[in-house]
Amino acid sequence: MTEIFGIPIQALMGQLMLGLVSGSFYAMLSLGLAVIFGMLNIINFAHGALYMMGAFLAWMGLEYWGVSYWWALLLAPLTVGVVGVVIERTMLQWLYKLDHLYGLLLTFGLALILEGLFRDLYGVAGQPYTIPDELSGAINLGFMFLPKYRVWVIVASLTVCIATWYLIEKTRLGAYLRAATENPKLTQAFGINVPLMVMLTYGFGVALAAFAGVLAAPAMQVSPLMGSNLIIVVFAVVVIGGMGSILGSIVTGLGLGVIEGLTKVFYPEASSTVVFVIMALVLLVRPAGLFGREK
Amino acid sequence: MKSATFGYLLLAALGLVAPFLFYPVLVMKVLCFALFACAFNLLLGYTGLLSFGHAIFFGTAAYVAGHAIKVWELPPLLGLLAGTAAAGLLGWAIGSLAIRRQGIYFAMITLALAQMVFFLFLQASFTGGEDGLQGVPRGTLFGVVDLADDRNLYYFVLAIFGTAFWLIHRTIHSPFGQILKAIRENEARAISLGYDVAKYKLLVFVLSAALAGLAGATKMLVFKFATLTDAHWHMSGEVVLMTLLGGMGTVLGPVVGSSLIVILQNELADKVGSLVTVIMGAIFVICVLAFRRGIVGEMAAFHKRLLGLKA
Amino acid sequence: MKQTLLSIALAAALAGSSGGVLAQAKGASPKLSGDMVKIGVLTDMSGVYSDLGGQGSVTAAQMAVEDYKAQYKPSFKIELVYADHQNKADVGSNKVREWYDTQGVDMVTDVLNSAVALAVAKVTQEKNRIMINAGAASTRLTNEDCTPNTVHYVYDTYALASGPGKAVTKSGGDSWFFLTADYAFGVSLEKDTTDAVKAAGGKVLGSVKHPLNASDFSSFLLQAQASKAKVVGLANAGGDTVNSIKAANEFGLTKNQTIVGLLTTIVDIHALGLQTTQGMMFTEGFYWNLNQETRDWSRKFFGRHKKMPSMLHAGTYSAVMTYLKAVQAAGSDDAATVMKVMKDTPINDFFAKNGKIREDGRMVHDMFLVQVKKPAESKEPWDYYNIKAVIPGSEAYQPLALSRCPLVKK
Repeated sequence: MTEIFGIPIQALMGQLMLGLVSGSFYAMLSLGLAVIFGMLNIINFAHGALYMMGAFLAWMGLEYWGVSYWWALLLAPLTVGVVGVVIERTMLQWLYKLDHLYGLLLTFGLALILEGLFRDLYGVAGQPYTIPDELSGAINLGFMFLPKYRVWVIVASLTVCIATWYLIEKTRLGAYLRAATENPKLTQAFGINVPLMVMLTYGFGVALAAFAGVLAAPAMQVSPLMGSNLIIVVFAVVVIGGMGSILGSIVTGLGLGVIEGLTKVFYPEASSTVVFVIMALVLLVRPAGLFGREK
Repeated sequence: MKSATFGYLLLAALGLVAPFLFYPVLVMKVLCFALFACAFNLLLGYTGLLSFGHAIFFGTAAYVAGHAIKVWELPPLLGLLAGTAAAGLLGWAIGSLAIRRQGIYFAMITLALAQMVFFLFLQASFTGGEDGLQGVPRGTLFGVVDLADDRNLYYFVLAIFGTAFWLIHRTIHSPFGQILKAIRENEARAISLGYDVAKYKLLVFVLSAALAGLAGATKMLVFKFATLTDAHWHMSGEVVLMTLLGGMGTVLGPVVGSSLIVILQNELADKVGSLVTVIMGAIFVICVLAFRRGIVGEMAAFHKRLLGLKA
Repeated sequence: MKQTLLSIALAAALAGSSGGVLAQAKGASPKLSGDMVKIGVLTDMSGVYSDLGGQGSVTAAQMAVEDYKAQYKPSFKIELVYADHQNKADVGSNKVREWYDTQGVDMVTDVLNSAVALAVAKVTQEKNRIMINAGAASTRLTNEDCTPNTVHYVYDTYALASGPGKAVTKSGGDSWFFLTADYAFGVSLEKDTTDAVKAAGGKVLGSVKHPLNASDFSSFLLQAQASKAKVVGLANAGGDTVNSIKAANEFGLTKNQTIVGLLTTIVDIHALGLQTTQGMMFTEGFYWNLNQETRDWSRKFFGRHKKMPSMLHAGTYSAVMTYLKAVQAAGSDDAATVMKVMKDTPINDFFAKNGKIREDGRMVHDMFLVQVKKPAESKEPWDYYNIKAVIPGSEAYQPLALSRCPLVKK
């Protein structure tokens, strides 16, 4: 059994893989946040709660109606997307003319409502969600144990992230979206239905969060608190990456996940604070963020 | 007599008789949170800065004061001052980093930095982690007044609240306060008028943090206990709600908002369990959508309309 | 004008909230305070320990009050209140303080979660009431943090450690790694098990702490795997134990290492299933299927709670019964008087045989070293244990001579 810096290679590779898994979640969530912020100028505090809702919908689907994991991957994001559209139409749209802080406060309130409701229904302890048979088990590579499900999470998230990047940067729809972000009035004048785009953008952003939630369900406990624990780290990721580019969010998210994983190996006590420390450093050196543009 | 002064005298009278009418521990809790909210309002209501991690100052002071009183055996007043100073220092550190960005980013940075300190508290041995810092003795004031008696402690807490509230009131109605309001209304213009806006922001941040710390240390003394709940981001959200509900940018708004929320939580906690969070969230949403001026703000606007109609 | 209205409104709100406090003060008079006995059940109703205690403890306490009234027809009134401490020490201790100050509660029970228990012990001492702790584990309750108002009733980390610590080490599992819940309970359990392992000739290779109610154990288990210890000891409980065991299976840990859940109860085995847990050995304080007496009581409990009782549930019932009998015998609910009666009276019911409450507050009774049955051996639902050995009370608990409690005369 070989060792690197006194750490057995199995432990190192294992933590690295777990770090990539965390990083995938960070990437997907910060991507959704960035997309929403770009279009609506609102920091969606409810993002964590909607991620949790996606996981719970998957669990409820399986528990009550026998909906399989694969269908949940499609249906949960769709449902949450619709919920997002409803939220945007009934509540968020009144806030665009106001100070941006109100958007944060409203979505914070929504997060509390969602978290409280699920807590009331299901308690805090967390519900188990079994890994689907096709993805369970692990591959023994000799130098490390590779659970199949974790690999699937990394692959699926990367695919979705890259697809989103492609959609926004390379397609016509994406071009309309970017135009509407830059200059809504002018874009509207060209005949593009900007309010519709805004609505769909929010729906899409939270659908991404719900998709991440479904991916998370078999890997960790489905608990009403799963989103809030995660969202603050994602905020830090977003500040570090800057909200300028889609690619920036993805790269920053993955990178920070890996750094966190490595910290767990070499200096476990710091693993929960390392992302914030990096954020503080980035603020001192490059306040706009690694990929950000000062607006 | 001006109606404002009369009003304050009435509130003071209410404060003096309260321990004979109500459960003193509950009233003390209300006072501590009222102070917390007033300190927070300095930042949000008067300077327009939303700090989303303010509970960390509340909690830091509680831990430092608790440690000072329990382990270093300082008398209660010195312990409270130690806690307040620690919160102010932390406020300087976090504030300096946070004011590098504006608006939404400022809020996110304060949240993230607060969370970082939270995790440090979780792991540090002096805080006791999940167990919390327990069994902090209340001590005696100037060696004479035994604070273990709830009623004695109540008057001490009332005095602290009164002094701090007066300090905030003076700050708001001073030239410094005027500049803060200018920054809130139009930061660019304030800069163009030659004010070192960054310095003012940092100053008010430190003041707000220190007073929030004072509130936290005092609450610790009441319950003889400092825990992670005091520093958790849920607590940060609660103080925002208290200020929003009561009325941002008003003097008594935070007092009203915090009293309502504390009493509401106290009544509902046993009856509805987790639904308390839902109710808090719902109040948030309703306030943001339809009730942005808060209770005191709406009352003031109503008052003005009434005067307007009469004239 | 505005401020006047505001102050009136504030006064009204406060009055509504804590109204009626005027006369209801300390309640430390002799005879019966408030002319009744009020018992509070403080537990975790919705969190990681809610299956261990939770609603089950409340049900058990209610059963005890009902059975006592039916059997003894007391002259005094008995009332029961309960609250959820959400695993937060400040919520728990503030609730208890309010109970003592405004509701005349005389005795508090269950109080699982060692952090909450330690805080409640202090408040109970301050207000001179009684805590009969049926739920928490830390040995600190009868050592450094003992008080004349605390009884530690059902189990503690020393008793938990004594069973597997010796048995597993002696049967070959002589190198241990701990996965520990990062608070008073986990720390206490890890320490006591370490002592037991070393006394049996084993060694401890390391440990890692996880937050209470952690969502993902994978990275902690990777560290356990990397240590190459023969045994991975789980110094946690409830939902944390269940999730640790599940994750251990997912990562193939169980192929090369033995998992020992140091605080495991029948409720956890039910959640995990016999397939996953067969062969596991640990200390238990109660088994419903032990004899006819336990079966009778447990089936009654099952009828109300729909699950078989954990040792916390059975212990809470027994604790409430013991307390009420002591109040009857003492003719008062004054803490010191009732405490003396309880410490002088042996406890013999379906839960404890030859139970005795010592000077340090520790209730000493026989414990069991159990092993989980194979799926084929189980004849009915909840028939999960083989009793490997009875650990007599005198051996299961820390000897009084070693106690660090100031109440124990040396």
